[in-house]
Amino acid sequence: MTPMVDLGFLLITFFIFTATMSSPTAMKLNMPKDTDKPDEQNKAKESGALTILLGGNNQIFYYEGQLKEDGSNFTSTSYTQIREVIMNKKKAVSAIHQHDELCPELQQKYGPDGCLDRDMVVVIKPNEEASYQNVVNIVDEMTIAEARRFALIDITPQENELVLATQKAGGGNKITAPLWKSFS
Amino acid sequence: MTPFVDVAFLILAFFIMATKFKPPEPVDIKTPKSVSTEQLPENDAMLVEMDKDGKVFFTMLADNKREQKRAIAENLNTTRNLGLTKAEIDNFVATGPIGVPFSGLKQLLATPVKEQGNLNQPGIPISDSLTNELYYWVRDAVSAFAGTRLNYLIKIDNGAKYPQFKRVLESFKRNEIFKFKLITSPTNAPIDSPLDRRRKTGGKVAE
Repeated sequence: MTPMVDLGFLLITFFIFTATMSSPTAMKLNMPKDTDKPDEQNKAKESGALTILLGGNNQIFYYEGQLKEDGSNFTSTSYTQIREVIMNKKKAVSAIHQHDELCPELQQKYGPDGCLDRDMVVVIKPNEEASYQNVVNIVDEMTIAEARRFALIDITPQENELVLATQKAGGGNKITAPLWKSFS
Repeated sequence: MTPFVDVAFLILAFFIMATKFKPPEPVDIKTPKSVSTEQLPENDAMLVEMDKDGKVFFTMLADNKREQKRAIAENLNTTRNLGLTKAEIDNFVATGPIGVPFSGLKQLLATPVKEQGNLNQPGIPISDSLTNELYYWVRDAVSAFAGTRLNYLIKIDNGAKYPQFKRVLESFKRNEIFKFKLITSPTNAPIDSPLDRRRKTGGKVAE
């Protein structure tokens, strides 16, 4: 009997090791059709715009509204702090929200608070050095913060220069690996 | 001792039934994490994989639709003058991930499926829009599977750069496909985030 039990445990160990417990999940990503016609493009209110710039070495920057010419509202942050930035923006947008006739539909869809952050748009601009992981993590932050309107678009040369210059000057957060999901 | 052994065998039976073996993968891909909870479709899906060096692999997940899968190879054979034999086209149906340019497809398909894993596949070229062969793969697969609701799965390694990801998206966007499913590993929603609160209270989940 003992040899049979031994064999049984050997098999158990084997199956435990080969079992793939956490099966992968699918994250939905819907992209808009590229268009050059200005009237087909989505407009964003300046007060609700948050632009997040992703650079190499897991560095991340953001600015609110439009980028000022002297770059004074260009701020460096980290992947752990960006959640707070998004949440603060959401609060700020909700605070100045005005109820109008388009609201009931959104409220029905997303609950009583569904309309408050309607004017918030997060623009995600990764540069050439940003990794795929960075992009997915930021898009995931949108799901976490329930920021429903976001766009993934190319960085402008001016913004890219600003990112590269900041990184070269030793700016940006010195985090070698993203401290993801430190909350979970 | 006997009850103890009984339990042990019960556990054994559980693991035997619960285990699903991973299909062989051409390259090791570490996917990023996301809070998404949606399960992956196993059939009627087009899978594009990319490793950290930007090597691209194309797989058609359609075990129950062999005819349509065959049509992809037949169509490519005519449009690209690949000179595939009938046996090679038959071989395509059983072939897993494809990571060769069109010029190397004949050699890949001439190899029996079991030995294909030993070949070092260079990846499908996607680097610029003129030589973007993934575009043709997607186009022919979509036309061969016309009438089927296909899922477009994209599995990319953490370390791949954004421009490479963008080029994969472009291959789809040029085919008028705009809805994707990125394959990620599951993780929990951070505690006290809006998503977490919504999930706990059972509220409607935003799309």
